[in-house]
Amino acid sequence: MVLSPGETDFPEIPPRPPVSLWLDRSFVWATRLFAFGVVGVLVYIAIVVGLDAQPAMERYGLAFLTTSAWNPVNDTYGALPMIYGTLVSSLIALLLAVPIGVGTAVFLSENFLPPTPRLVLNFMVELLAAIPSVVYGLWGIYVLIPFLKPIGAWLHSHWGWIPLFSTQYLGPGLFPAGIILTVMILPLITAISRDSLVSLPPTLRQAALGLGATRWTAIFRVLIPAAFSGIVGGTMLALGRAMGETMAVTMVIGNSNVLSPSLLAPANTIASLLANQFAEARDLQISALMYAGLVLFGLTLIVNVLAEWIVSRVKYY
Amino acid sequence: MQEPTRSDLPSPAQVSWPILSTENLSIYYGDFLALRDVTMAIPERKITALIGPSGCGKSTLLRCFNRLNDLIDGFRIQGQVFYYKQDLYGETVDAVQVRRRIGMVFQQPNPFPKSIYDNIAFGARALGLQVDLDELVERSLRQAVLWDEVKDKLKTNGLELSGGQQQRLCIARAISIKPDVILMDEPCASLDPISTLKIEELLRDLAQEYTIVTVTHNMQQASRIADFTAFFNAQADEKGKRSGYLVEYGTTDQIFQDPQEEATRRYVSGQFG
Amino acid sequence: MATASDFPPRAQAAMAAVASRPASHQRLGEAFWTGLAGLFTLLALIPLLLVIGYVLYRGASRLDFEAFVSLPPMPLAEGGGFANALVGTVVMVAIGAAVSVPFGILAAIYLSEFSSGAVARWIRFATNVLSGVPSILMGVFIYGIFVVTTRSFSAIAGGFALAVLMLPILVRTTDESLQIVPVSLRWAALGMGASKLQTVVRVVLPAALPAIATGITLAVARAAGETAPLIFTALFSQYWARGLWEPTASLSVLIYNFAAVPYAGQRSLAWAASLILVLTVLLASILARWVTRK
Repeated sequence: MVLSPGETDFPEIPPRPPVSLWLDRSFVWATRLFAFGVVGVLVYIAIVVGLDAQPAMERYGLAFLTTSAWNPVNDTYGALPMIYGTLVSSLIALLLAVPIGVGTAVFLSENFLPPTPRLVLNFMVELLAAIPSVVYGLWGIYVLIPFLKPIGAWLHSHWGWIPLFSTQYLGPGLFPAGIILTVMILPLITAISRDSLVSLPPTLRQAALGLGATRWTAIFRVLIPAAFSGIVGGTMLALGRAMGETMAVTMVIGNSNVLSPSLLAPANTIASLLANQFAEARDLQISALMYAGLVLFGLTLIVNVLAEWIVSRVKYY
Repeated sequence: MQEPTRSDLPSPAQVSWPILSTENLSIYYGDFLALRDVTMAIPERKITALIGPSGCGKSTLLRCFNRLNDLIDGFRIQGQVFYYKQDLYGETVDAVQVRRRIGMVFQQPNPFPKSIYDNIAFGARALGLQVDLDELVERSLRQAVLWDEVKDKLKTNGLELSGGQQQRLCIARAISIKPDVILMDEPCASLDPISTLKIEELLRDLAQEYTIVTVTHNMQQASRIADFTAFFNAQADEKGKRSGYLVEYGTTDQIFQDPQEEATRRYVSGQFG
Repeated sequence: MATASDFPPRAQAAMAAVASRPASHQRLGEAFWTGLAGLFTLLALIPLLLVIGYVLYRGASRLDFEAFVSLPPMPLAEGGGFANALVGTVVMVAIGAAVSVPFGILAAIYLSEFSSGAVARWIRFATNVLSGVPSILMGVFIYGIFVVTTRSFSAIAGGFALAVLMLPILVRTTDESLQIVPVSLRWAALGMGASKLQTVVRVVLPAALPAIATGITLAVARAAGETAPLIFTALFSQYWARGLWEPTASLSVLIYNFAAVPYAGQRSLAWAASLILVLTVLLASILARWVTRK
């Protein structure tokens, strides 16, 4: 093909076939639609729960949060015991899971073990997160609650004068719920702490060791402080997860809507309340449950937004 | 608007037509001026080399020719880029169509993680060309001097080839859709000397049929393969930001034997920074 | 060559300092912390072994042929199975996947291919927040829009609740999978005149396929074990559902319902169903590990 065009007849780029152009544009628009759809789902959840909670919000107002009667028969509803249960069970879990999780993260991010066993242990931590909640619950009923009985009895007999241990250990209650939540949020804290430890620049460790620091001095004085915001972010995420965790907690907490400060007494969380009552609820009770759900949504939303904000700042660090 | 003519070409090329040309072209990324005020014309079916130190904007210019820069946030141009007499950045011109005529081979070989056969057939399939795929694959691979090495394993993954073979696969892929121009962004930079030599021979062959514009850091390579050479340099402005500009453009012999500018002379004789 | 004793005394002292072992309290401290970290790791993993071990012990004996083909037993009956629950779980997870997989993949394509800067950041942020919304609230949400309007618990409602649950997981894993596809592949395709659609469908998605498939597998396994979104959307049924708009049994709700009943027949079935779920997630996790390591 020899090209010898006259002055006027040069090859030109032809216009794009309209079909191809249209396909491309619709494709990009379709993906955009669905991406914003994800945001839409989040907003829609808030709207649906908020609207359905409206009747109860109007009738009970903020007193809903501070009163402790939950009586569907005469339509009086107060969510204080469940809010208390939600917060306390989550706090127990955090108190136990943070040291264990961070310790595990350090152990699995440093070279205490050869790479292959380390890989296996990391995988096992992942599996811990994969076990279904309801299976933890079943296990909690038949293994954990009996196992904790002597500990609960001991706590009551020696520390019974503290309100937290002021009742007999009856089995189901905040104590086993906190323990089972510990097991369930551990993998999250471990994974995020480990990731932030592993992603620290190696020069940091070398600098500390180069100054004559021992391994654990380097870990406590340099590595953990440098990874601190990641660990805090992971802890916040875990808190959100613990507050919303439903099945395992429902199965071991006793589902008592009576407010008791004792960790050994049966209690309830918002999520467990929903799980227990929603299927049979009617009229205003549905609305009251939606109101409780809205409270849970608000709580987890705040915690998650904070957590995401902290974690996202870590990545840029 | 001034349209390109033969007289825009470096003097010995005036027997040919300028297939690509720029008119006072400046390229920006956001506020950053990457390349300043380039006017040059590239003759068809010749090899033109763009040389110069890093940051002189030669790769930026190359990507401007097939509008691949469109994909970068904040990219914009002033001035014009022509394909023959058509404004490549004109309102009616679609970047996708431009890239079908003006192909590209990248610095790192980037075969698709598919079979050798599917790599070559990709263009024809994507463009919906009604051709005999087997024949197209064989012809492209032969043109890229890769056929004899891979004809028995067309179904193997392109990533299993050696680096030099992968790059020839990418060249075969680029010519499979019969573009007019092949842009090459340092095609040999990641290859060993023997593979480099093979690619250079291949480029000389391809220049019979295609216009080739290649960016290279390697001045021996430019002097071995290019018909024309353009030397770019970078200059810092008062704020210390470096922008590229075209220093000198002519036949390769002229640039290497008898440069008119002091900066060119120093660069081609290896005395540069 | 000089021997050590040829060096002057200050050099001798320095050599001795370097060669000396650290003070014993320091070594003890190091060993203590190492031991504690190891103990914590052990403590974290013991529940995993205990749960899997106990589920295996209680569930394996009841995992017989009858379990897979019969309906759940009445309170005082022996035997029976979870055939309807198994089918219910499969159907609802399938509905969930059918809704959320295309939704999630398209959204992720927008995030990784067609957006940048603030928009992408906010959508990713919302995705992460959505994945933190308690799964029971997904159930509340679907109850509010499906169950209230159709006046019936159903497999459709349960499937959609699972879809909401899977959506953020799918968006995130697909987004990550697409981002690790080398940019050079996109440039190669676009550089030869492929359109955006062709580049994504013919080059980017195939290159990311193993990772996306892994994400889907994990999301499906997660959904199969979820209970909270189902208990008041799909509810439960002792019998075969006659259609998608009927209350539908699932393995996880079966475990919940039969967990604390006083009837041994139902309880043992709960353990067997647990074993199925645990095996499913174990298999999915191992499969995912294996695929991503290749």
